Amino acid sequence: MAVLTYRIGARGPSGEIRPRVLAVCVALAVVAFAAFCVELTVGDYPIDVVDAARALFWYGDPTAVEIVYDLRLPRALVGLFAGLAFGMAGALFQTMARNPLASPEIIGVTEGANTAAVAGIVLGFGGTLSASSLALFGGLVSAVAVYLLAWRQGTTGYRIVLVGIGVAALFTSTTNYLLQRADLFQAQRAVVWLTGSLNLREWRHVAPVAVAVLVLVPLALLMSRWLSALTLGDDTARGLGVPVQKARLGLMLSGVGLVAFATAAAGPVAFVSLVAPQIALRLARRPTPPLLTSALTGAVIVLVGDLMARPFGLPVGIVTGAVGAPYLLWLLARANRVGA
Amino acid sequence: MLAQTRPVQARRRLPWLIAAMGVLVLVTLLSIMVGSKHIPLLEVLRLLGSAESGEDAAIVNGMRLSRTLFGLAVGVSLGLAGALMQGLTRNPLADPGLLGVGAGAALGVVLTTSVFGVTALFGYIWFAFAGAMAATVVVYVLGSLGRGGANPAKLALAGAAVSALLQSVISMILLLDSATLDDYRFWAVGSLNVPDSSTLLQVLPFLVLGVVLAAVSAPGLNILALGDDVARALGQNVLAMRLLGAVAITLLAGGATAVCGPIAFLGLVVPHIARMLTGPDQRWVLAYSAVLAPTLLLAADVLGRVIADRSEVHVGIVVAFLGAPFFIALVRRRKLPEL
Repeated sequence: MAVLTYRIGARGPSGEIRPRVLAVCVALAVVAFAAFCVELTVGDYPIDVVDAARALFWYGDPTAVEIVYDLRLPRALVGLFAGLAFGMAGALFQTMARNPLASPEIIGVTEGANTAAVAGIVLGFGGTLSASSLALFGGLVSAVAVYLLAWRQGTTGYRIVLVGIGVAALFTSTTNYLLQRADLFQAQRAVVWLTGSLNLREWRHVAPVAVAVLVLVPLALLMSRWLSALTLGDDTARGLGVPVQKARLGLMLSGVGLVAFATAAAGPVAFVSLVAPQIALRLARRPTPPLLTSALTGAVIVLVGDLMARPFGLPVGIVTGAVGAPYLLWLLARANRVGA
Repeated sequence: MLAQTRPVQARRRLPWLIAAMGVLVLVTLLSIMVGSKHIPLLEVLRLLGSAESGEDAAIVNGMRLSRTLFGLAVGVSLGLAGALMQGLTRNPLADPGLLGVGAGAALGVVLTTSVFGVTALFGYIWFAFAGAMAATVVVYVLGSLGRGGANPAKLALAGAAVSALLQSVISMILLLDSATLDDYRFWAVGSLNVPDSSTLLQVLPFLVLGVVLAAVSAPGLNILALGDDVARALGQNVLAMRLLGAVAITLLAGGATAVCGPIAFLGLVVPHIARMLTGPDQRWVLAYSAVLAPTLLLAADVLGRVIADRSEVHVGIVVAFLGAPFFIALVRRRKLPEL
């Protein structure tokens, strides 16, 4: 298919626009918006989809506007932003490690967040610090630890992944220890958190993840040119003029930031960052997951998953886990042909 | 240099092994002595096996002895399973816990308690075995697909991915079934403090069979280390050897995990230490692993009892904190040595 190229100014940044990728992005955005609006209709007070969409723009029944803004919008927005963040971060990690199995669940960021959040729930420390701020802290700390431990005159994508596996195993056993020390009620709360849920989200949950997405997504898109050079291998990338270590650090930081903030807001929603990029690259028919398409796919998965889970009173992570697990198996069977 | 050090190493193998056994005996005694109530050595030796009644006798012959025996059995099993796994896959990062055995056994345990309502160990051990075996096979098959067969990094990643998948299924079940959660969380922490000590007798036949199979397959591992093609050319049935090894690993790691919960990194670290001491001969690596692993496990258990005042830090987490830095140091080496 034709590829359109553009250049801003005479010496400004240039790039390419692929019609198919663009069309897929638009389609995904439409689906995500539709799911977002349906999300606003779920609840005790009946509001249909059209009214919900109108209420978004302050039109129509004032009660509906109030309900949408006070009660339902935070949940939908957390779903939207967390989905975008998980999808984008998954695409970044998978492309950087050149392996479709490298997702934040597997390389330690999520486990760090989990351990910190469960510690908060079980040991009750932090006082005013909620599970989500602790998760943010834990995710960032474990990411920094993984990066520093993988550093040895520079890092490689694979070393980051392997160190991440070691750190993840450490955090998992810590989480298990904390679960065992808790009483049953706390353990249940912790397990709900560990599954990933959009229940009882308020505006204070929305703000951090929204800011993270609005800052880090454009930043990652700016760095995407480095990303595609890195997939050719470090030496080739260096030959093409990419500052390899700086690029990897920047890309990893934005990926980690996205995951940490999204996990803080919604909990570790299972497999979204693993599955979304793989769906996106198949939809867009590209060799590596396109970033924006992956992000939008992530948003669609989280929102639709939540809509499917809500009638049964289940957290969204159950649905993404149930759908994602068989997909992961299939992916695993194919994955190693692509990676390594 | 190396050619000169090898014979010396070879001559010292037996004395070192005997020394290691001596350390194991010391740690075993320590494990019976140390705890929230310290019991002096002579008292322990007097009370062991005696029919005396009294608080100290109950502690020694009841709790501490069973716990120590668990440590010995599980340690030997996990050490051998790790050494076998590393030898069979020629993968320095192989560990039963990291390659999905723990998560597979965990799913088996959760499924039996939740779906079938079985809580007696003899009920769920079969499912733990089945889970461990299925997970091992899946990880190995997935890790060896594609170019270049099974390389260490691909296997480790496949193991992590399968574990993540199983973990997600487990948390789904736990979320819906709080009774199972209450059972599971005490198992999942990885502890030698097993409430029912008769469970040891029930798994012991499997572990013994596993040890025997490991011993049988040890000489073949040396030939396998030359590569599949050479081994085949030398008349070895490579597939049969792998199968035998896999059965041994599943019996050992599955049985140990079923009673004590997942203990990661022990099977990874011990064979490396053994290899440093003995050189590459797999028979010696297996023998050393079988002695060093219970030593390390019991020492970790004692440490866990000592560092926490009144309560205890479970051995699973102590071993993880000792083993993870070792794993990371291995990964940081410039070139992952293929075994």
